[in-house]
Amino acid sequence: MSDLAPGAIFDAAPRSRGEARIRDIRRALRPLMRNRLAVFGLVIVALLAAMAIFAPWLTFGVSPIAQDLSQRLQPPSGAHWFGADELGRDIYARTVYGARVTLAIVALVSVIVAPVGLAIGCSAGYGGGIVDSVLMRITDIFLAFPKLVLALAFAAALGPGIENAVIAIALTSWPPYARLARAETVTIARSDFIAAAILQGASTSRILFRHIAPLCFSSVMVRLTLDMAGIILTAAGLGFLGLGAQPPTAEWGAMVAAGRDAIFDQWWVSTIPGLAIFVVSLGFNLIGDGLRDVFDPRSS
Amino acid sequence: MSEAPLLEVEGLDVLYRGRGGEHRAVRDVSFTLGRERLGIVGESGSGKSTTGRALLGLIPPPAIVTARQLKFQGQDLTQLSPRAWQALRGRRMSMVMQDPRYSLNPVLTIGRQIMETYRLHHRAGAAEAKRRALEMLEAVRIRDPETVFAQYPHQLSGGMGQRAMIAMMLVGEPDLLVADEPTSALDVTVQNDVLRILDDLVTRRGMGLIFISHNLTVVSSFCDRVLVMYGGRVVEQCDAKALHEARHPYTRALIAAAPDLQRPRAELAVVHRDPAWLA
Repeated sequence: MSDLAPGAIFDAAPRSRGEARIRDIRRALRPLMRNRLAVFGLVIVALLAAMAIFAPWLTFGVSPIAQDLSQRLQPPSGAHWFGADELGRDIYARTVYGARVTLAIVALVSVIVAPVGLAIGCSAGYGGGIVDSVLMRITDIFLAFPKLVLALAFAAALGPGIENAVIAIALTSWPPYARLARAETVTIARSDFIAAAILQGASTSRILFRHIAPLCFSSVMVRLTLDMAGIILTAAGLGFLGLGAQPPTAEWGAMVAAGRDAIFDQWWVSTIPGLAIFVVSLGFNLIGDGLRDVFDPRSS
Repeated sequence: MSEAPLLEVEGLDVLYRGRGGEHRAVRDVSFTLGRERLGIVGESGSGKSTTGRALLGLIPPPAIVTARQLKFQGQDLTQLSPRAWQALRGRRMSMVMQDPRYSLNPVLTIGRQIMETYRLHHRAGAAEAKRRALEMLEAVRIRDPETVFAQYPHQLSGGMGQRAMIAMMLVGEPDLLVADEPTSALDVTVQNDVLRILDDLVTRRGMGLIFISHNLTVVSSFCDRVLVMYGGRVVEQCDAKALHEARHPYTRALIAAAPDLQRPRAELAVVHRDPAWLA
């Protein structure tokens, strides 16, 4: 065996179901791992997650909201790696803690958007006729507005705050998922195994949630990873305009906004959180692109 | 046979309305079915499958299904509510479809799909349903039911898949089974196995079977009675054993067109259509 090329198809047969499954996963991941940029994105996102989880240790106990006016607008130094902001708070600590807010928003929006989009899209695609027309026209109305503008309107109407920012972003980002799920459902609904499920006496809701939704899930997942960078940017945009996380919470968009007045003299106040936003959305975009390449059979 | 028939069909019509005009896929089909095996034969597009699907209420809305009478065990099928249909399908009537590759849900294990049918119609716990599912898999002669139970459809061969499909459709113990070309996606050696299993289960349970096929040999040896369909209507109805004595020119032409190993010919007979058959 050892003189064969590594990874050859002559690998010894798997000894158990579990081993076969692990190999399957490995084989599926290989194309993604071969894509250097995607791996780079994965590393960035992993670092972000680590930052969020281990924030108290990574900042050596420095609080992101502790003010020290004597340190106001200090440039980067040994004491303050990324300098201090207009209230003398350590920007390094605030950037690290900001990862928590960003991740929380991304996670909450995903958890809301995917099921809502799936439910609406599957119902429209399976129901057909009037149900389809009504649901899809509502979707079209939401799609007609620029995402950020609509999110701003919702956030302004609901009042500033992280929860409302999440709701506003979710309200504006479900339509593409509904479209996607509908398109998939229309093709799946015609297939024989759905007819078979009807034949077995399954009810409509059972067919929708047990038979159709699981099949739409994978494409919705890919779309979601591609959208995450957009979610982060929208969240930062809302924060920048004062409609997202409220002070003293460390949120990157709000931090950029706070440094606006001092941008020419104390560049670091705005630049550091801006860089964080840039790097993280780049990371999510790279993963999304990698996944799309893996799942799209046309681009080989 | 002397008791009330299982299924009475009179004047069944299926109409598709499209932009290019109307198409009557099934025209004025009438027959009755007892606890017997009825074969429906005919060429592609003759309305065999559409008839079978119409009986189970599986024709999607734009098409219009009408019948002077459509009775199943005395129950009028044309007046059924969706809820009543749900109670009927799977429990009292069921259907085996053509190709197991498309008729089994690719993301659910075989076991879960069989258990689903059973639990939809019987008040049973998971353990009881699993036991029944394993029994059913054994009844369709799957050698290692436990393994197949945990497998996904793509892990099975065509013959195994079709047997799993039969298990799934029979686990509710229906009184009527429609088999829509259940063996045409399988290769010849497996076809016989599957037919024998189907025959065995149908006779043992005393179910009514409607067997849709374009294979005359199989139908004549496997069924009690045969309906021959052409252009959406029934052109001949006869005893399966007497199929070779059939009188209608279309049936005669079909029989003549079938290849015979005993008398090989370089060229098979072609069906010459007579527009009068559709009149």
